[in-house]
Amino acid sequence: MSEPIETDVVIIGAGPAGLFAVFELGLLDLKTHLIDILDRPGGQCTELYPEKPIYDIPALPIVTGQELVDRLMEQVKPFNPTFHFGEMAAGLTKLPDGRWKLTTDTGKELVAPVVVVAAGAGSFVPKRPPIPGIEAYEGKSVHYAVRKMESFRDKNVLIAGGGDSALDWTLNLAPIAKSLTLVHHRDGFRAQQHSVNQMRELVAEGKINFHVASVKGLHGADGQLHAATLLHHDKSEHQIDVDSFLPFFGLTIKLGPIAEFGLNLNENLIPVDTARFETEQPGLFGIGDIITYPGKLKLILSGFHEAALMAQAAFHICRPNEKLRFQYTTSSSNLQKKLGVNG
Amino acid sequence: MKIFAKDRDGKEIEIEGREGWTIMEMLREAGLPITAECGGACACATCHVYVDEEWAAKLNPASDMEVDMLDMALAVQPNSRLSCQLTCSEELDGIKVTLAPE
Repeated sequence: MSEPIETDVVIIGAGPAGLFAVFELGLLDLKTHLIDILDRPGGQCTELYPEKPIYDIPALPIVTGQELVDRLMEQVKPFNPTFHFGEMAAGLTKLPDGRWKLTTDTGKELVAPVVVVAAGAGSFVPKRPPIPGIEAYEGKSVHYAVRKMESFRDKNVLIAGGGDSALDWTLNLAPIAKSLTLVHHRDGFRAQQHSVNQMRELVAEGKINFHVASVKGLHGADGQLHAATLLHHDKSEHQIDVDSFLPFFGLTIKLGPIAEFGLNLNENLIPVDTARFETEQPGLFGIGDIITYPGKLKLILSGFHEAALMAQAAFHICRPNEKLRFQYTTSSSNLQKKLGVNG
Repeated sequence: MKIFAKDRDGKEIEIEGREGWTIMEMLREAGLPITAECGGACACATCHVYVDEEWAAKLNPASDMEVDMLDMALAVQPNSRLSCQLTCSEELDGIKVTLAPE
């Protein structure tokens, strides 16, 4: 295993609160590493509503989720944070020297005196269709993503969903699969029109099957699928041969391993104090939607405020022998130098 | 107006709907386990309900945005709706909904 990464602050979650924390910590010369299960910054803003307008960000009368994240990324650029995308914070332990050791699900280790949980509602994970017994097939013959196309060669593949992932993989896997069946609850798709057209051509040529139906049952043994039962809208059912099933219903949010961090959760939220935004464990902070305190509002602007106060408290833990000098970016040539702008 | 909401275990409760609020908000306020993770922005499909057939026809048809979003919901049926897109009104007094599986 590689050496642990040492830094000042590890932030779990690269949504708006986590990103603004990079800025506030950066002004105090604290280095940051961020971990996020998604493959890009922004959290819910970019995953759930990139195109939707937000109207309650101070001084930005209208901004979309994606624009807000793009602007935050521009704002934190001078501080050069390190992002660990596609990784989940899996474990957190206290070291004898008082620092935290955070382990990700890929086995990476990060050591820092301060950890900030800015995880929103938790980790984005694929939606699991409510089919009895589906868990037993996951990883072996039910997959929520395609890692290696070759593993589907000469297989009877079943794909469910109507978005771009479902259609893209239908088109990509059709030439190599033994058979391919797409099921969706309606004869209409939210996916790109040209993908839908291509899919319909393959159906017309008899190369793939499409059913307006849902997957009702899975049949197999020892994690290996053999067949699936499809349920049509007229309540009729029929069974097809299936070796691999790919459900594509997007992502949902689960709290995940944070529940095991030994925090005294209150309805899946982390209680913090409102002066420091620290949890009951010294050096472990929380900001944004994941925390609770009297009067808490789940607003992006609240996350920004919480990040600013957290940074002040985090400074004293990371730099116990230094005096914190509070300065304004408008007038401090020192801060302007950090930001790379002319004083 | 009254909403009759059936939980995933089949238990039905009666909720007093507030004019102009969404059915998702009323379900959440009543403590039903509805995720509604995007908070009512029609962006996540986690407030999915089945509307009883007799009521389904009386509702305003789903917008293109809602139809698109339902593609990301699980176990969708012809009477599936996103409850954040249904507004409480006297015309819907007595509406029956069932929480879809998650």
